Amino acid sequence: MENEKHHIVPYMTHIMVLLGLILLTVITVLITSVELGAYNTAAAMLIASLKGAVVLLYFMHLKFDHKIYWVMVSLVIAIFAAVIVVTFFDYLYR
Amino acid sequence: MTDNIETRHEPNYLEYRGKHGGILGWLTTTDHKRIGLLYFYSMMTFFLAGVVMGLLMKYELISPGEQIMGPQTYNGLFTLHGLTMIFLFVIPGVAAVFGNFFLPILIGAKDVSFPRLNLMSWYLYIIGAIVVLISQFMGDGPPDTGWTFYAPYSLKTNTNVVAAVTGAFILGFSSILTGLNFIVTMHRLRAPGMGWLRMPLFGWALYGTGWIQLLATPVVGITFLMVIAERVLGIGFFDPAIGGDPILYQHLFWIYSHPAVYIMILPAMGAITEIIPTFARKTIFGYTAIVISSMAIAFVGYFVWGHHMFTSGMSSTSRWVFSLLTFLVAIPSAIKVFNWTATLYKGSINIQTPFLWSIAFIFVFMIGGFSGLVVGSLATDIHVHDTAFVVAHFHYIVFGGTGFAFFGALHYWYPKMFARVYNFKIANIGLLIFFIGFNLLYFPMFYLGMLGMPRRYYDYLPMFHSANTLSTIGSWIMAAGLLVIIINLARARRGKGKEVDDPWDGKTLEWQIASPPPVENFEQIPVVEHGPYEY
Amino acid sequence: METVTHTHTADAHRDDTASKIGMWLFIFTEILLFGGLFIVYSVYRYMNPVAFHLAHEELSITMGFINTIILLVSSATVAISISAMQKNDRKMTMLMLAATLILAAVFLVNKYFEWGGKFEHGLYPGSDLMKSLSNGDMLFFSLYFFMTGLHGVHIIIGMVLLAITLAKVRSGRVNGGSYALLENSGLYWHLVDLIWIFLFPLFYLIH
Repeated sequence: MENEKHHIVPYMTHIMVLLGLILLTVITVLITSVELGAYNTAAAMLIASLKGAVVLLYFMHLKFDHKIYWVMVSLVIAIFAAVIVVTFFDYLYR
Repeated sequence: MTDNIETRHEPNYLEYRGKHGGILGWLTTTDHKRIGLLYFYSMMTFFLAGVVMGLLMKYELISPGEQIMGPQTYNGLFTLHGLTMIFLFVIPGVAAVFGNFFLPILIGAKDVSFPRLNLMSWYLYIIGAIVVLISQFMGDGPPDTGWTFYAPYSLKTNTNVVAAVTGAFILGFSSILTGLNFIVTMHRLRAPGMGWLRMPLFGWALYGTGWIQLLATPVVGITFLMVIAERVLGIGFFDPAIGGDPILYQHLFWIYSHPAVYIMILPAMGAITEIIPTFARKTIFGYTAIVISSMAIAFVGYFVWGHHMFTSGMSSTSRWVFSLLTFLVAIPSAIKVFNWTATLYKGSINIQTPFLWSIAFIFVFMIGGFSGLVVGSLATDIHVHDTAFVVAHFHYIVFGGTGFAFFGALHYWYPKMFARVYNFKIANIGLLIFFIGFNLLYFPMFYLGMLGMPRRYYDYLPMFHSANTLSTIGSWIMAAGLLVIIINLARARRGKGKEVDDPWDGKTLEWQIASPPPVENFEQIPVVEHGPYEY
Repeated sequence: METVTHTHTADAHRDDTASKIGMWLFIFTEILLFGGLFIVYSVYRYMNPVAFHLAHEELSITMGFINTIILLVSSATVAISISAMQKNDRKMTMLMLAATLILAAVFLVNKYFEWGGKFEHGLYPGSDLMKSLSNGDMLFFSLYFFMTGLHGVHIIIGMVLLAITLAKVRSGRVNGGSYALLENSGLYWHLVDLIWIFLFPLFYLIH
């Protein structure tokens, strides 16, 4: 892996991404105010994950960098998710 | 320095003088070899202190009743013994000493990627150690919780838990930064031509270790911070009186501390994997299988923490899930043992001290591994949980595994580090005494545990007397063996040994340069054209 | 071929990619650090769903929403400052970094008032009110103070990093040809934002 070439992200992209993120935040606040039962939490977490993914891909440049970073990040997230699942084998069935 | 070039004598890492000389030259060094030795000397100090504590505990257990200490002292002592041995010796262990010293050389680099960060890791290690030691003498007496700091007792005891936990937190940081440094080094500084699959297997072991250090250590770090917050600020996380779940503490603690076992053992396995081909005069059997098994151990090892908690009251579903995963992690470990022995097959074996250490390692590691299956299966674990059996099991793995590999690696790389050989005959005798003592010390504990002798008590029923006496005698023999080994090595260091460059005719890169290694390791970065073990 | 010297020069060479990988690895550590807390949070919320729901009503959604927007904007300004540096636009870089620092400060001020409000009602770690809370409420507020507090500490660390970067951009030591520090401080700042993205719905938007 050589020193990578740098992809310059235009200002406009950052601004569009920011607007998207703000929109998602508004949506998540609105969704919580309607009664959806258990889906409220699911929706809130789904939107948060979406926002997280956007931050990782655009602001943190995962989309433009060498793909090794992307692989590493995905692996770490997958491991953390698996740890939560394995922990809940205890609490769900206790 | 023209005169140096004329005489063709390059300064080696022990001789050179940078901005500072003497002791300051060592304390401000960013040379990975010197940092390796800094770790070595500090760790040996803590290790010997831990040995003395162990000997004292064994002496207390020589016969029923109080010998030299009461219960509170004994509780403090086994806590400190655990803290010292786990956090100050085996967790940094092989990686901090031999990883620092040899990883850059093995991959054909001049240093690690972040040399100053490397030095900082050592300082954090020393600061953490000092804080742990302070916890013994300050405030309300030494912590008596065991090295696990289980809640709610660690929240309630009046002893000095906060300082000890803070020390462990700082040590965790040191460990994380070392792992980070090694991973980046392997990504960036492998010599030209050394693809990932031409990297020596010690490197691969450290790579897996580094990832565990990065991903597991912060979990215990935050847990320790929560314990501190709970004790200092009076907020609640784990105290059942306010709705907390003490079992959750155990989950979080073991999410780190089980992978920590692999932080200890993976570099040890890596070192053994370097030693065996050199003395079998044969390339390693199944290079890729060992790489995969290293990474598989690192990965699966992350999901087996619950087997420390079979009797804690967690759900039966998670018990069988953890038991299943535990049995899975035995597979990659067994693959490694298989590969080591298969490497010996039809090799022209050169029986030397490091080789004997490796064989001893495999022997004790297998006893430790098989007894691990006993505690890893649900039914038998309930019988032996919290008994001397468990103590025997993890000493066979942690001391027998990491400790034997540490001394094996030390005997293997000693001539490279100091350009001296020790007396082989005395080294072998030392190993023999050590080996006999080790088994005499820990094997009776399997038997005692089966009979039901609980761990962590300063006293026991008369029915356990004979086996305990045997075990105590074993501790003396082992200490004697250790003494022989250390004196032999120290004598060689003081110039009593013969000067040699390369006594074993190894093929990996560290044997291609002068001994002791020059400051910059390589005059020119080597170009690698084949795998690491071409015999 | 290199000549032999008595100084150890291995640390003299510059490797921006290495620093970047190093920064990412450190971020993974941070993720798992907060990860431990998220595990604790999800377990206790699972065990005390009603108490968590009632307790969260003590928190102001408006406050949380404003702070979320502030952090998102500050993340964008950091990202823009990196693009600007790559275009060699030093003025824009400094402007954006300064904007980020101001936004971060505003975040902390908001946080100060939010916590201050709780403290005024006698709700703070170790207070009598806190000790008299029921089990689930106690866990919720313990987690609330601990997690947002730790996040606040990270905001401060991030601000220090960004301030150092700003000073170095000013002096020209971070420039269009060498801006690893800017990139890495930026990554760290995004991490702080990333964590808040999850903290916000978990504490303020429980339904």
